[in-house]
Amino acid sequence: MDNKYLKEEIIRMSGVNPKKCMKCGKCTATCPSFDEMEYHPHQFVYMVESGDIEPLLKSESLYKCLSCFACIDRCPRGVEPAKLVEAVRLSVIRKQNNNHLKADDVPALLDEDMPQQAIVSAFRKYTK
Amino acid sequence: MQRIGVFVCWCGSNIAGTVDVKVVAEALKSEPGVVFSTDYQYMCSQAGQDLIKNAVKEHNLTGIVVCSCSPRMHEATFRKTASAAGLNPYMVEIANIREQCSWVHKEMPLGTEKAIILGKAAVAKVSLNTPLTPGESPVTKRALVIGGGIAGIQTALDIADAGFPVDIVEKKATIGGKMAQLDKTFPTLDCAACILTPKMVDVAQNENIRIFSYSDVEEVKGFVGNFNVKIKKRARFVDETKCTGCGACIEKCPQKKVPNEFNLGMDNRRAIYIPFAQAVPKVATIDPDYCNMLKNGKCGVCSKFCAAGAIDYKQKDEIIEEKYGAIVVATGFEPISMDKFDEFAYSQSKDVITSLEFERLTNAAGPTAGKLLRPSDGKHPQKIVFVQCVGSRCSACAEKGKEYCSKICCMYTAKHAMLTRDKYPDTEVTVFYIDVRTPGKNFDEFQRRAVEEYGVNYVKGMVGKITPEGDKLKVRASDLIANKQINIDADLVVLAAAIEPDKSARPLATMLTASMDTNDFFTEAHPKLRPVESPTAGVFLSGTCQGPKDIPETVSQAGAAASKVIGLLQKNKLMGNPCVASSNQLMCNGCSSCERVCPYGAISYEDKEFPGPNRTVKTRRVAVVNPAVCQGCGACTVACPSGAMDLNGFMNTQIMAEVDAICK
Amino acid sequence: MQMNEYKPLIVAFCCNWCSYAGADLAGNNRLNYPAEVKIIRVPCSCRVNPMFILRAFQRGADGVIICGCHPGDCHYTSGNYYTRRRMAALFSMLDYLGIEKERTRVEWVSAAEGAKFAATMNDFVEKVAALGENKRLEDLRCKR
Repeated sequence: MDNKYLKEEIIRMSGVNPKKCMKCGKCTATCPSFDEMEYHPHQFVYMVESGDIEPLLKSESLYKCLSCFACIDRCPRGVEPAKLVEAVRLSVIRKQNNNHLKADDVPALLDEDMPQQAIVSAFRKYTK
Repeated sequence: MQRIGVFVCWCGSNIAGTVDVKVVAEALKSEPGVVFSTDYQYMCSQAGQDLIKNAVKEHNLTGIVVCSCSPRMHEATFRKTASAAGLNPYMVEIANIREQCSWVHKEMPLGTEKAIILGKAAVAKVSLNTPLTPGESPVTKRALVIGGGIAGIQTALDIADAGFPVDIVEKKATIGGKMAQLDKTFPTLDCAACILTPKMVDVAQNENIRIFSYSDVEEVKGFVGNFNVKIKKRARFVDETKCTGCGACIEKCPQKKVPNEFNLGMDNRRAIYIPFAQAVPKVATIDPDYCNMLKNGKCGVCSKFCAAGAIDYKQKDEIIEEKYGAIVVATGFEPISMDKFDEFAYSQSKDVITSLEFERLTNAAGPTAGKLLRPSDGKHPQKIVFVQCVGSRCSACAEKGKEYCSKICCMYTAKHAMLTRDKYPDTEVTVFYIDVRTPGKNFDEFQRRAVEEYGVNYVKGMVGKITPEGDKLKVRASDLIANKQINIDADLVVLAAAIEPDKSARPLATMLTASMDTNDFFTEAHPKLRPVESPTAGVFLSGTCQGPKDIPETVSQAGAAASKVIGLLQKNKLMGNPCVASSNQLMCNGCSSCERVCPYGAISYEDKEFPGPNRTVKTRRVAVVNPAVCQGCGACTVACPSGAMDLNGFMNTQIMAEVDAICK
Repeated sequence: MQMNEYKPLIVAFCCNWCSYAGADLAGNNRLNYPAEVKIIRVPCSCRVNPMFILRAFQRGADGVIICGCHPGDCHYTSGNYYTRRRMAALFSMLDYLGIEKERTRVEWVSAAEGAKFAATMNDFVEKVAALGENKRLEDLRCKR
């Protein structure tokens, strides 16, 4: 996908304006899964803003975000990095359209003990 | 019929870029009354003004329309020009074709069309203008300074030096303000008390200055040159004229558990107190919230030990009324509350402190006598973390922070860090910053010295979370340059809290009818050209009440405000605003509607004789406006049911003519 | 005349101390709003006589907006309170005259709110444009 289009798509999906960021790093300072992540919250904001999105799409960092919202809560400029992480992740999932499950297949795949993290995470991010 | 001249300004390309000035000048030529119309590059320049003057003489003009920038910018300029050309200055109207036309519209045809309409409206108005002469009012040669911090002190001293009497109203028991609480001052590191207290003594000894401490401004009436102010002197239960400040009462007072606000609650004082040793006036004050005698009548120890007999438990609040010619606002600032910043654990741990508390901790007169000790256990801290921009530049948290930069924090944090490393080289000092902002003479050099010579560790990044654990504070922060998350086990954390205007400023602004911005800082009359004047005539601004400032800036602004006040007070008479209401007594029926809406009490009534039919004489009650008191708001003109009341300069016919010209 | 060419004519009364300065600030910051807005400077919003508003409608204005200082911030202490009451009374009678209430508005704009001034004008012009031309009270003798 064209990079410029992808950037616009991510910004549209997330509703985040990365230009509001003043690069203080409080999101990264507060992130509990910092050690797990290759790219950190402030890098997500910066890389989306500068259109450097390819590495993010390939990075495992997308799936390490806990959706704890500490970054959203503490950002002094209201940038909401977690929503940006989620939007990048969704754009990856949407791109792999061949892999999509059919709704009928889901019950068989359900694991009783494990929360469907992607679903739970998405709910938390977008139902507020 | 008026002979009107129209002058269209290009303002370089500011107007000419979106408005075809030639077309505008040409179009306005055919308006009724217009006998001359021209355009020029800069009408406000000397050459432009000469052009107007010559045209007035050559074409015998009786009215002028200048199509230019906002009248708030150059109305006064062009009125002076008209005056110099022998015309009444109030025969000038401005059509605002810059701020309200060329700058907000992009397309040339639209801009030109609108400029023509605005020009037509101004022509229509000026053809109904009448020459006006301003009335005169006397000036009370006394100034009021509200707030006794360094800003108020400096303003008062400068005004008093020029020979005018000044009163300082200070709500606390002593003057001195925030600067009295500071230890050292950047960038020269001289001690705050050493440079402030001599000034406080100067104030006390100056014959032209009266100090009303422990007092508030209750009411402000009147206008520039003639303010009537009520000052409430709160009862301090000590006779100021008798108290010698010996302190015997304080030693004997049994109520020892009163949080000492001067040390920000880090130690205790007695119920009767003098805030600090160099207080001015050096007079004791009884805190009615804690004094046992005042609360339940059981004590009276202080009065027994007062050799001067100054204690008076029955003292009442006193109202003082005084007239002033000018008022200076110097209400200063407060650091914002840290209670809502949960991530920094300010309310959870005593060892997370604000920078002002740090000042008290390092001050020789502070709770630890100047030794840097942890408030929780009194131990010497080994690892200290400074966090900058706490609550500043915080646009997303309006309920706890401030959107603006507090300006002083970068420098005082550098000062704190440097002094800590200087006094205690064994400590490890880390400063977390978003940006280091140090514009100012010797400021950046100062901050670099903290890094290079004193070995302060500056980290670009922000602290995300502070967790008290045992006797340590776990600080989790980011280092953006290394792209790392850092964890520090700190002993002491110092938060550079944002500053906000003092809470008393808002009600004061309402009393003074002075305007404020959304952050409750006072607005200046012009951000660049009139920075120490409020838009309300006779009200001046000094210090942080107008915006965040450091001490040098505050002192220079205080001096500037004083010079403006002196300029006002040395006048014997003020020319008033001639755009005031006037009543047509032939139409007035004395119904009192206008009197009831007048906010200034400028309208009174008198019985006047009018000739009736058959040579009879009839006496009627009619309204009379006092032009010195009327401020020209026009509320009465709308209230008047018979249309007798009108406003000079904004007459009903003039505004209607403007409406007609716009709607044509 | 085609519908999409229709441009409403808006008369804005702005008080000298807050809203007029706010409009100037909008200019200083180059915040665009439609050229159909024509501003008349008055010392205080309470100087605006209901007569002026009716006159504007009679002469073919499509909308009239009055801008003053925020309540409590009036340069003349209480002028904008009079405006609020007077305009509430006037606007409640406009229906009777056949003028849609939406063609009038009172807005508080301070000297620091250039952005609010521009946004208010954009919004007001849009709302009035949606109502179409004011024909009810227009005096045919003053037809544009």
